Amino acid sequence: MALLSVHDMTHWFGGLQAVSGYNVAVEPGQIRGLIGPNGAGKTTVFNLITGRYKPTEGQILLDGQEITGLPPHKIASMGLARTFQNLRLWRHMTVLEHVKMARYSKITYGLAGAFFGTARRNREEAEIEARAFQLLELVGAVEWADQIVTNLPYGMQRRVELARALAIEPKVLFLDEPTAGMNPEELVQMMEIVRQVHQELDLAIFLIEHRMKVVMDLCERIQTLVFGQVIAEGTPEEIRNDPKVIEAYLGKEVMA
Amino acid sequence: MSADQNLRQRLSGLWRRVRHWLRVQFGAVPLLGWLAGALVAVLLEMFLGTPLARLLGMSKPPVLFGFTVVLKTPAYIPSVLAYVLLIYILPVALVARFSIRPANRLAGGLMRTSTLLSVAVHLALLYATLHLWAGLSDYRLLVVRLMLIAVMLTLSLNVVNGYMGEFSCSHPGFMALGAYAASVFTIVLFAQDNTFGAPLLPAGLGPFIFPLGLILGGGLAAVGALLVAIPSFRTRGDYLAIISLAFMFIVKSLFENLEIVGGARGLGGQPDWAGLPIVFAWAVICVWTINNFVRSTMGKALNAVRDGELAADAMTVDTSRTKMVAFLFAAFWAGVAGGLFAHVLRYVNPGTFDLKKLAEVLAMVYLGGLNSVVGSIVGAVSYNLLSEALRPLELYKWIIIPLLLILVMIFRPTGMIAFREFDVVRLLQPKKPAPEVVIPGSVEPQAGG
Repeated sequence: MALLSVHDMTHWFGGLQAVSGYNVAVEPGQIRGLIGPNGAGKTTVFNLITGRYKPTEGQILLDGQEITGLPPHKIASMGLARTFQNLRLWRHMTVLEHVKMARYSKITYGLAGAFFGTARRNREEAEIEARAFQLLELVGAVEWADQIVTNLPYGMQRRVELARALAIEPKVLFLDEPTAGMNPEELVQMMEIVRQVHQELDLAIFLIEHRMKVVMDLCERIQTLVFGQVIAEGTPEEIRNDPKVIEAYLGKEVMA
Repeated sequence: MSADQNLRQRLSGLWRRVRHWLRVQFGAVPLLGWLAGALVAVLLEMFLGTPLARLLGMSKPPVLFGFTVVLKTPAYIPSVLAYVLLIYILPVALVARFSIRPANRLAGGLMRTSTLLSVAVHLALLYATLHLWAGLSDYRLLVVRLMLIAVMLTLSLNVVNGYMGEFSCSHPGFMALGAYAASVFTIVLFAQDNTFGAPLLPAGLGPFIFPLGLILGGGLAAVGALLVAIPSFRTRGDYLAIISLAFMFIVKSLFENLEIVGGARGLGGQPDWAGLPIVFAWAVICVWTINNFVRSTMGKALNAVRDGELAADAMTVDTSRTKMVAFLFAAFWAGVAGGLFAHVLRYVNPGTFDLKKLAEVLAMVYLGGLNSVVGSIVGAVSYNLLSEALRPLELYKWIIIPLLLILVMIFRPTGMIAFREFDVVRLLQPKKPAPEVVIPGSVEPQAGG
């Protein structure tokens, strides 16, 4: 059974149908891509699945459990992590604090621990911190741990966001344009990190990307979304050669 | 180069040299050394204060570092300066400077034995200093207690306005709830009162049951906070500011019209249980729990909610619970502070908890610094000292203090000490001597060309 499955999801923004009859089945360990021209509704699909918006119709199952309409923090703590297209980091917090924060739902020391600094709280905070350091090591940002995030170079901020999402211990990771705004060097590094994360943590990844090189290199399966509808799904090879995709997404000049 | 520029450069060079000298001399003084110095100064004042003041031509030692005396009779300026120098500045500086080695060794030893012991010793020294200093006049005793209460208020408001980044105006309201609840509790149980009748419990039990009254007051304030929070935390923005302001006025008029607690005349006759040790202990507990909270991952969630609620939500943070907990917690401490306030003055009336009080608390928070425990302590203490020192100026005080606030807002928009972690362990740690560095600025920059 698929790890994450979406059935006939439709969403209306007022009179505008942003997503219609969307289906997807993310298998364990799979890297999947979602492509489409600007305004096609890719990020809306992510926002619907992760609970930011509630779908007008449809059903979403994560690991067999229904998550349709749950608040984002519940869905996230059930094992669905995401990053954002335009970085959403917390500007007054350090890198380490970012990664620790994503362990919020795993904290068990409760309010008593928070107020009175019990031994249990100290132990748990130390565990969270150790795990956070491991993840920072994995994405190669460990030497920045004590810095305020806004002091970091852009590519490094992206890595911190990735580490933060990983701290949730997700089963499925959503990456919304993980290489947006990166220079070619940063791009290659990021792809390498995504591959490594995928291998080491054994999770399914679902990513939105604009750069064909990234999608074609990383993904096993790709969906193409145009005006809220999936017009094609297949392996990178199939997508590359699908005339509908070429027409709708890559533009008509390619055909000529 | 013009003469003016030349002078300015020389002055700044001099200033840098002074700062460097201070760093070399005092950079290695641990907190323990400063506290020891303060204690010595206070002891000196206790035994030599009056004779020295007489010698300098004053009738008694200046109460508040001489500010009040000087503003009333400027002719005393030299005497006051000499007094402050001889009693406070010199002893503190000398003890701190010449106790560097033993103080550092002791601080290190204490820390190695146990952090708790080190904290206890520092607190005991601090308390002893405050106790002796305040013991010399009733006025000082009152000022110190009100100052500690102000610290609690400021810190609790900082949780909401600084750490959480919302703007709450209901702190005087929470304080009023705490003040009245605690007062009614102690008066009903322990005082002979016209409305509430004879005491129900023997007075001897009082000091032990008093904390329950304060907690009750804090609890009632938290219930009030719940009423504010439920409608206003559904959305972000100005809603909380408006609703909490309304709440403050509702509470005030509630007590003005509640005849059983004296209406606008107020309620008096609270037992005298809020002495310096009690207020000090509560202030320490308040600072300790709030600091624990804001340094835990659970409390840091407040910052995450403030800096990006969407991302916080996506990172498993239950944002509405986080906000609710913090708001209720802050209100609880405002309520406790209110209860103590009522028992320090042994009288409350609704008029105390009005816009002026709100302005004061907000001023202390923004003066001290947002998102910072140290900032709140510094803000509350300095605001209170300033406010007392300028008291002889009467109405002009309300021109000078706002002006200072405006200056702070211009030069340090987030307050004096904002966004700083209050790491107790690091604070109590022994210090290493300042490394010998080349004085910056001692090498004059060569004029180009």
